[in-house]
Amino acid sequence: MVDQAASRPASSFRLPSLSALGPLLALILLVALGAFLNDNFLSHGNITNVLARSAFIGMIAVGMTFVITSGGLDLSVGSMAAFIAGVMILAMNALLPSMGVGVPLILAGMVVALAVGLAAGLANGLLVTRAGIEPFIVTLGTMGIFRSLVTWLADGGTISLDFAVRQLYRPVYYSGLFGIAWPIIVFALVAIAGQIAMRHTRFGRYCEAIGSNDKVARYSAVSVEGIRLATYVLLGLLVGLATIMYVPRLGSASGSTGMLWELEAIAAVIIGGTALKGGYGRVWGTVVGVLILSLIDNILNLADLVSPYLNGAIQGVIIVLAVVLQRGKKSSA
Amino acid sequence: MERRTFLATAAAGVAAAGLAAPALAQGKKAVIGVSIPSATHGFMGGLNWHAQETIKRLKATYPNLDFVLATAGAVGKQVNDIEDMMATRNIDALVVLPFESEPLTSPVKAVKDAGKWVTVVDRGLSQAGIEDLYVAGDNTAFGRVAGEYFKANLKPGAKIVVLRGIPTTLDNERVDAFRKAIDGSGIEILDMQHGNWNRDKAFSVMQDYLSKHKKIDAVWAADDDMAIGVLEAISQAGRQKEMWIVGGAGMKEIIKRVMDKDPQIPVDVTYPPALISTALEITALRFVSDTPVYGRFIIGSTLVTPANAAQFYFPNSPF
Repeated sequence: MVDQAASRPASSFRLPSLSALGPLLALILLVALGAFLNDNFLSHGNITNVLARSAFIGMIAVGMTFVITSGGLDLSVGSMAAFIAGVMILAMNALLPSMGVGVPLILAGMVVALAVGLAAGLANGLLVTRAGIEPFIVTLGTMGIFRSLVTWLADGGTISLDFAVRQLYRPVYYSGLFGIAWPIIVFALVAIAGQIAMRHTRFGRYCEAIGSNDKVARYSAVSVEGIRLATYVLLGLLVGLATIMYVPRLGSASGSTGMLWELEAIAAVIIGGTALKGGYGRVWGTVVGVLILSLIDNILNLADLVSPYLNGAIQGVIIVLAVVLQRGKKSSA
Repeated sequence: MERRTFLATAAAGVAAAGLAAPALAQGKKAVIGVSIPSATHGFMGGLNWHAQETIKRLKATYPNLDFVLATAGAVGKQVNDIEDMMATRNIDALVVLPFESEPLTSPVKAVKDAGKWVTVVDRGLSQAGIEDLYVAGDNTAFGRVAGEYFKANLKPGAKIVVLRGIPTTLDNERVDAFRKAIDGSGIEILDMQHGNWNRDKAFSVMQDYLSKHKKIDAVWAADDDMAIGVLEAISQAGRQKEMWIVGGAGMKEIIKRVMDKDPQIPVDVTYPPALISTALEITALRFVSDTPVYGRFIIGSTLVTPANAAQFYFPNSPF
């Protein structure tokens, strides 16, 4: 409210408001702190590690930005990632005898991952839009379903990719182009595409309109159900894509894969300045949010600042602080 | 509350009727309730598998035994499971691996007060004297055995890093015993962080260790799931030749690597998920024989070396 009054006279300059710069400033401060605390922080190896492992949550969080912007929520993404990883590995192991170790097998696995992701997103989306159940409830339900299914598929243990296939698939996580790891490249592409979709396409504008007021959007001839469904399908596909990058890392899936990813993704979206109630989305902010979350973890590991018991508390403080900084941001949209 | 009082009354009634008398009447089946956490990670997956296999075998061996198995993903669900077993399945004995000690203590005590046999597995209850039989792994030995191996195989001045589990008393016991075992050896612990017994978390913690420390001679991963994440982080950094890793628990893939004399994984320390089988077998003896089975049964943590690895290798288990 205070921001609203303050920003009106300044609107002719279009100076970015403090709420928009907040996350970016926090990120810059964190990087400076990390560099100050440890010489290796800015080394190529460490930066690559942090960015590559943020990539999974990052891709998912970009999709989550659209879902939240249009007034939805998806709690199932972590379990969904585990389930997709499980099905993907089982499919590749099953196809191995007929296809042999080779690039076609890897591609088949990727297609399976995207297809399962699409189907899972579609299931969530249809339950929300056609059956008219609260997104919170639908995805709370599917979260349990996907988690149980992967535990069941793994027989309570771990589903492991055939060793020879893994050796071939491994570079998808560990190697890259011009010294930049593949997950980072894919994440960057997803983020750029997401930013363009949110800011410069009809789809992005409709997401904001629906999240802001779905009745008005409906009267304006926006296909509210269609757009909502599309956001869940998009998120499902991105979870599939994240899984494609995740599986070559450890080559396995188990009941504990992707634990709490949903909360990290939602936290990243909120830190980045997207309104949890919907109506306003900021993809680049989400990317900053993801980086903030994984940098905190990295810095706490690199520098023995506080007891490791308190890592979660520090992340919590940052999340709450970020939301305090965002207050009044809806007006600037 | 209401439900629990109702149960206690019902149970007292049953006890008064003499149906819960320990000695089994001819022709009546003894029902053993089994309540364990669900298979959401490697070790519990193995434990669930061993529980099912053992129940199958015991049912075939002793026709007058029946089993009710329930797995719970949360504390509340486990309490409900136990209440349901008492209310609807008329169990004669309960074999329970408490999800958490504190909250399970009074529900299990209610079962005991109703005159049932109680076997507690692995994680103890917070009040002494409730259970008839206690079967557990040895957390102190788990840390000590690993520590002794480090002491015997590293020179003074060697630098190691440690990955801890989920913050629990069980984890503290292990780490304290490990510290005590390497005390005075001159081995320096560079770092200790929580990997939460999780592959992914262990992978990123190890990546950070590797950028933080120029020289690491060995890693105590304290769990085989974590050891796998650690191995992957080390190979990404290309530092395989520099250090070896000791995990723990006895995952089949790790046991196999010990068996094959992998220089990166020289040994493993057992904390067998099959301890549930021990608990079930001993409890069964109580109902099919006159064998006295009261007391405590602590399963030792042993060092798995290439020489003895074969006897700890269960290729069919999911863990």
